[in-house]
Amino acid sequence: MAMKDFWQKHENLYFAVSNKKVIFGVVIFLSIVILSIIGPIVTPYDYEEFAGMGYQPPSKQHWFGTTIMGRDVFTQVVYGLRSTLLVGFIAGTIASAIGLVVGFVSGYFSGQAADESLMALTNIFMVIPSLALLIILSAYLPYRGIVTQSLIVAATAWPWTARAVRSQTLSLKSQEFVNLSRISATPTFRILREDIAANMFSYVFMVYILQFNGTILSSVGLEFLGLGPTRGISLGLVLQNAVNWNALHLGMWWWTIIPGLILTMLIVSLYFINTGLDEVFNPRLREM
Amino acid sequence: MGRYLGKKAIIYFITFLFAVTLNWAVPRFAPGDPISMLLSRFTVLEGGREILESFFVKTFGLDQPLIQQYFGFWRSLFAGDLGISISQYPKPVLDIIRDAIIYDIIILLPAIILSWIIGNKLGAFSGVKKKADNFLMPIFYFLTSSPYFWFALVVSYVLGIVLGIFPTSHAYSATMKPGWTLAFIWDFIMHWFMPFLTLFLVQLGGWAIGMRNMIIYETNTNYAKYMESLGASDRLILNYGYRNGILPQVTGLAISLGTIVSGAVLTQMVFSYPGLGYLMVQAIKQNDYFLIQGCFLFLIVMVLLANFAIDIIYMLIDPRVRHSYSGEV
Repeated sequence: MAMKDFWQKHENLYFAVSNKKVIFGVVIFLSIVILSIIGPIVTPYDYEEFAGMGYQPPSKQHWFGTTIMGRDVFTQVVYGLRSTLLVGFIAGTIASAIGLVVGFVSGYFSGQAADESLMALTNIFMVIPSLALLIILSAYLPYRGIVTQSLIVAATAWPWTARAVRSQTLSLKSQEFVNLSRISATPTFRILREDIAANMFSYVFMVYILQFNGTILSSVGLEFLGLGPTRGISLGLVLQNAVNWNALHLGMWWWTIIPGLILTMLIVSLYFINTGLDEVFNPRLREM
Repeated sequence: MGRYLGKKAIIYFITFLFAVTLNWAVPRFAPGDPISMLLSRFTVLEGGREILESFFVKTFGLDQPLIQQYFGFWRSLFAGDLGISISQYPKPVLDIIRDAIIYDIIILLPAIILSWIIGNKLGAFSGVKKKADNFLMPIFYFLTSSPYFWFALVVSYVLGIVLGIFPTSHAYSATMKPGWTLAFIWDFIMHWFMPFLTLFLVQLGGWAIGMRNMIIYETNTNYAKYMESLGASDRLILNYGYRNGILPQVTGLAISLGTIVSGAVLTQMVFSYPGLGYLMVQAIKQNDYFLIQGCFLFLIVMVLLANFAIDIIYMLIDPRVRHSYSGEV
């Protein structure tokens, strides 16, 4: 009985754990996270070490093969994953936070000066191709760490969140229960917190997932151009090295295809979680 | 109508101001003092002294107060003077960009338009056919999740290396002489195909997912159910849903232009396709700051123009915009 009560109380959680897309996404996502955690412990090599013969296809000693210089691709990938996930986490959090605050304020005070100026700023950032801006910023910063990279990626990632959150706030604001709070003289902050923010929780969660994805994609793109962190290894850097060494022409598919495939699977899994959660939070979509 | 376009134009104008200001400010305030590095590099080049005297004094005016330096920058910009490239010395940046920009247009324009049209059609199809949906959706998700450069590598590996159909780099073979000969045009198309295909396929997934969700939403609305109860054919209902679903997709296109251009930069890197993106990254490798800035400026101007074109299209296909622009929900 207790079990049944629990599921009744947490209805959304029930639909989440029984949604195929969510399960599929979470399983892949967690496997990749676990890979990044235990991978560096399991592997006997260091990512800069000459682990064996170069030019080796995947084998028992080298699960993802070796690079042309004899470095272990598996080791590079698992260390690179750590850095990629970390950048996604930091930059995704910052970008979501900026987008949320801007969208929230702008939506609540719609039509006022604060809204107009914030939306103008948002539209400006939206139009500028983020990678071009990132290239300009990175090119002039001779030393970049993971945090610097996350900051500049986040600085260009937030605009769509701000726009989306603004329109969500706008439509929530005109709901009757918010009007009721307003005419019963509830303080503004309390309306924001209890009526609007509380109802946007699910939306915010999904925004965060998409930001995580987006920031990972832009930071990997930067790394691929050689504008990522100046030290350490990352997935983009692994791929850049592979391209620089002409790995594909030499038939070394394991060096380029595998790291990118893992990255793509990571992003696919998050998309699946996002779509699945969309169905969980919007009962209308559940039947599909 | 005029107000709608006017408001957009103001935003784009401010964006342009912002981009130029950024272009001016970053090299001046960035750590590592890029300008003095440039100065020292120019002095060792042949004829560099003269350039220093004419161009640097005019553009940078390093001895003047900051505000005057800023206006000087604008003056030379309007005179079409973007500086001299170091890596392709003594070619002016503007000439280099003029040669490169055509490559961006010929891969981006067809890729954007075709993937948008076909993606929307496929998405609508997937939205009404459940069997096809189960098969197509994972593919769409895979496409839209792929980083452009990785997908470019996969395309390059499969079509270029394993199957050996297409050449894997540059815009045309080194042995070819550019001209309107049949052989050259064929060679050019063969080189063009893989960068185009990469941009086309990666974008396709996103449009299809968007349209599929719109169609599912539309076919569940009251008007669709009402039509159904009147005995309207599925095809008719789908057509109405499609027309409603297409509007957010047009907005989506405007929003994702920046991402698409970023994708083109990365794709050009993989195929060494000599557009602005490739040029920009080469310029970074050689610390050719004027060229970096020129490319940045042109990429932004391109996106701004495209945005404006989309705004006009949106206005034409959705008359409601004229009336409801003030209260966007």
